[in-house]
Amino acid sequence: MAKGDPGVSTRGRRAVPRSRKGATGDPELVQLLTPEGERIESVTGPDGTEYRVDFTDEEYRGFYRDLVLVRKLDAEATALQRQGELGLWASLLGQEAAQVGSGRALRTQDMAFPTYREHGVLYCRGIDPIMPLGLFRGVDQGGWDPNEFKFNMYTIVIGAQTLHATGYAMGVTMDGKTGTDEGEAVIAYFGDGATSQGDVNESFVWASVFNAPMVFFCQNNQYAISEPLERQTRIPLYRRAAGFGFPGVRVDGNDVLASYAVTRHALDNARHGQGPSLIEAYTYRMGAHTTSDDPTRYRIASEVEAWQAKDPIARMKAFLVKQKIADDDFFAEVDEQAKRESVHLRERVLEMPNPEPSSMFDHVYPNGSPLVDQQRAQFTQYLESFEGSAH
Amino acid sequence: MATETLTLGKALNAGMRKALENDPKVVIMGEDVGKLGGVFRITDGLQKDFGDQRVIDTPLAESGIIGTAVGLAIRGYRPVCEIQFDGFVYPAYDQIVSQVAKMHYRSRGKLKIPMVIRIPFGGGIGAVEHHSESPEAYFSHTPGLKVATCANPQDAYVMIQQAIASDDPTVFLEPKRRYWEKGPVEVDQPLPEAYPLQAARIARPGTDATLIAYGPMVRTCLDAATAAAEDGRELEVIDLRTLAPLDLGQVYESVRRTGRAIVVHEAPSNIGLGAEVAARITEECFYSLESPVLRVTGYDIPYPASRVEEEYLPDLDRVLDAVDRTFGW
Repeated sequence: MAKGDPGVSTRGRRAVPRSRKGATGDPELVQLLTPEGERIESVTGPDGTEYRVDFTDEEYRGFYRDLVLVRKLDAEATALQRQGELGLWASLLGQEAAQVGSGRALRTQDMAFPTYREHGVLYCRGIDPIMPLGLFRGVDQGGWDPNEFKFNMYTIVIGAQTLHATGYAMGVTMDGKTGTDEGEAVIAYFGDGATSQGDVNESFVWASVFNAPMVFFCQNNQYAISEPLERQTRIPLYRRAAGFGFPGVRVDGNDVLASYAVTRHALDNARHGQGPSLIEAYTYRMGAHTTSDDPTRYRIASEVEAWQAKDPIARMKAFLVKQKIADDDFFAEVDEQAKRESVHLRERVLEMPNPEPSSMFDHVYPNGSPLVDQQRAQFTQYLESFEGSAH
Repeated sequence: MATETLTLGKALNAGMRKALENDPKVVIMGEDVGKLGGVFRITDGLQKDFGDQRVIDTPLAESGIIGTAVGLAIRGYRPVCEIQFDGFVYPAYDQIVSQVAKMHYRSRGKLKIPMVIRIPFGGGIGAVEHHSESPEAYFSHTPGLKVATCANPQDAYVMIQQAIASDDPTVFLEPKRRYWEKGPVEVDQPLPEAYPLQAARIARPGTDATLIAYGPMVRTCLDAATAAAEDGRELEVIDLRTLAPLDLGQVYESVRRTGRAIVVHEAPSNIGLGAEVAARITEECFYSLESPVLRVTGYDIPYPASRVEEEYLPDLDRVLDAVDRTFGW
């Protein structure tokens, strides 16, 4: 299809064949690694796409390392919150594979728009993992440069970032940056709760009619704080895409290989000018919504245990062991690295200074404001009035 | 008359419980208000006792909450909507400002939208962004909406019931940092005999200057008044209670006595409630004023990172500093 030709009906998508069953027996779930650590050679998605991955042993071990590190750093952040060092923490526990799989599928030129829980994607983008802790400690509101790392600031207002991502993707098309292997793609992260928001549905419309080079990556972790998925939808979320005119696929979000495969495929479609798609990464929020939340009020332990058996890291480890890709020394070394990095993270968080109070007046406007300048001066004068007093 | 000691949050819960008992048309709706009882537990236990047809966990969409509540109201219900945090109300802003506020006017009185929109507001709890904002001016500026806020458990208990019983759509702002403060509540006070919703009250009588506040800043002003009394200055503290419409009769009467007025709120000053109150005082009490009406407010910047929110928010020292300035005029 020619660039700048966003014809909806001529996208050249394959006809939709009957779904083939994956190894789980779930016809809707793309899975390449079972909870027991068995590799599935290839799986056909609902639109007929065949998903497979072929990694070197080193790359498989790299995925495992990422998963362990991301979980360990997350656990450290939770501990820091419990000890009063962070105001709040939104843990990614249980969602490591969805985040590392999709995060590693991004190419350097691709742009990501996260929610407030994508610490694993942030890690994959090469951003210092201390950055989100600054936000949750309350010393800043997101410290990294979104353009440098191709990873936007966290967005706390539910779903708003999907429109930003879509607009960014429209800009990619307008810049003529699609249609080749070097083309750019954009990924928007959001959750199952967000799918009810107007913004998210509007972004589906926009992305569809403008054929934006977009991947909508929905981590369906089954809960919007206390509300189960059934309060947001009566059909599998990935099927909503069809109504908006683009393909949707459900992937096992606890399977890092499948998460990688479907995301890479969708991103490559987008960068080649074939428009948006929706990925529903079927996973589970093993922890609380945030450290302020108490999930025992709304879900039962047996449900959590059932998902525990589908743990993303355990299955990767089982695979590495069975295939003799990694040995005990490797696992011990990864654990050691994770411990080292989390201790380092903790040390640096404890040293994070509070912002200079008058810095709150900075950056309100690119061109400044006489009102803000006046208030900054009054504030400084007010603070000086306490100097020498016992205050 | 039975008096209980309740937190402000529990008083709101008790008030809503009473409203649910008294009127089968009252329904509570919002995100996590049912099984969880709300993220601040303000609706705790209500779904268990009144069922999920009357205490409704909604899909996660604020515009949807308010828009569907409009329909329920047209159908004869009295929806009490919870917006989980101040900073999350804006997706519903269109519904509130363009639909809720105008239905009665546009229909020339044929339609009533007896809706309450509860919003925990204000800062001081060390939260991340969008969880500490003070959006009262946006709503107070909109004709057709009433805007109320409580400052203590007794008012929380009475005012939430009055707001629900009122046919006027009411944005009900709850001072979230005061949710855990306790106070006496007369729980069987009959509503018709209680003060009307839009009545200000003198929270502390005084003679030397008038502090005007609402919601979370009433406690701050009372503390400032206590501190000032040690220095021999008697400050009168007025709790506005309702921001739209403003009830300023007692404010004028007070300022005519004291000659000095300071308006205190967390929201930024520019085009805020303080500006309106100051202008009205100037219009009504010009010859009684010994000094200009001063404002102690949040600064005109986005709500900052929580580690500097104490510097951003008006506190006892900043109120007393303004008191000094008004006397130094």
